[in-house]
Amino acid sequence: MKKSKTPAPESNPEPNIVHLQGSVDLEHAPDVRRRLLAAVALERNVLVDLSAATYIDSSGIACLVEALQKARGKGYDLCLVAVSMQARRVLELARLDMVFLIHDDLAAAAAAGA
Amino acid sequence: MNGAAAMNNAPHLSMAQADGAEALLEMRFVARPDRLKLIRGSIRSSALMCGFDDEAAQNIVLAIDEACQNIIVHGYGRGVEGAVILSLFRHNGGILVHLRDFAKPVDPSKVQPRDLTDIRPGKLGSHFIRSIMDTVEFRTTSNSKGNLLEMTKRLGQPL
Repeated sequence: MKKSKTPAPESNPEPNIVHLQGSVDLEHAPDVRRRLLAAVALERNVLVDLSAATYIDSSGIACLVEALQKARGKGYDLCLVAVSMQARRVLELARLDMVFLIHDDLAAAAAAGA
Repeated sequence: MNGAAAMNNAPHLSMAQADGAEALLEMRFVARPDRLKLIRGSIRSSALMCGFDDEAAQNIVLAIDEACQNIIVHGYGRGVEGAVILSLFRHNGGILVHLRDFAKPVDPSKVQPRDLTDIRPGKLGSHFIRSIMDTVEFRTTSNSKGNLLEMTKRLGQPL
């Protein structure tokens, strides 16, 4: 039988990567929220690269939690990458460090199949 | 009291000085989200000057930042650019923080941390403040207007 030339849907498409920079705080939370929810709307796993994020507060954490819940509600995941010590402490304070899957860097996330 | 008048009236400062605290700095700023990055560096430097290590200093920055956010979002409300006065003191082997605003009085019973097992966005600020600082109390203001939040953290105290 002749094979179809129509490509099969990707079972594990490349994740959408969102790079956050500088302060992920009350001032920038509206923009961060918009970017994260736009990434989740693409219906792929989302990697949030925090390697250039210098500060995160409860407003930034709220954006991440909202996006995580929307992603998981659609059957996808949202993982954090290159989390600074400051951000990790904030996640620990909020008891969210075990809720998010955290990768050391983008290569580690790729190796883990994120 | 409008912001300009408020900025000329800092009774909390003399109160702390009378208690033997050494004033480190006083900053007056408008309650806007984009002003918070201006104060974070100074808070960190003050905490380091009090003898806290870098991790503890960053935690203190977060606690004060979150308290300022509460004033901006819940005290004055978005779009109202009231005055905030932050005063930091070296006191009793640690740091004493006074945060003065001129917004509507806060009901302390309504500023409580929420249940963290309920994973949802928002309302983490009060939890961060109370987890990091040793004491967090609203003090009576000399003219009964606005709020004076007093927070302390002693050296060597865990989170």
